[in-house]
Amino acid sequence: MIYARVTGSITSTINHPDMDGRRLLVCDKLTAEGKPAGGYVIAVDTVGAGPGETVIILDEGNGARQILARKDAPVRSVIVGIVEDSA
Amino acid sequence: MFLGRVTGRVVPAVVYPGLEGVPLLWVQPLDQHGRDQGRPFVCADGTRMAGPGETVYWEASREAALTLTPSFVPVDHAVVGIVDDVRLDIQDAP
Repeated sequence: MIYARVTGSITSTINHPDMDGRRLLVCDKLTAEGKPAGGYVIAVDTVGAGPGETVIILDEGNGARQILARKDAPVRSVIVGIVEDSA
Repeated sequence: MFLGRVTGRVVPAVVYPGLEGVPLLWVQPLDQHGRDQGRPFVCADGTRMAGPGETVYWEASREAALTLTPSFVPVDHAVVGIVDDVRLDIQDAP
């Protein structure tokens, strides 16, 4: 899974139906040491993550569709956990 | 999913079945700060409403094919939605 930090969010009204009402968070990818790794991903939030929080992101479609309970959701990046500590 | 800016359109003369009438847009991928990052590519538009200059978010691979109905139309990049606003709460030094 991707280790990342929530840095913001996007809003969208015209989108694929499975995206309606979803929280879309901008997440900067982190190295294992917690430093910015350069990339980012927009992920669907399922655990109530907020800006500044470190999260783990599932990055695979079948798992994402299972979590969102939508068999045709065009999603692969889903936030599945908020990190308490990492060492 | 990633950010992109619509910069143009591709109008095909002939397409594979399932792609008829599907808008094909030129999309310039963007980083989270809205700056150009990487080369433009041709993106199917499942919303059918994205126009030039608009910021969209897109997905690749199988998820892209799922944005079109009937799904599994042969596309590898597709617009998932049109961005109204990008809010960055944490502004690291780029």
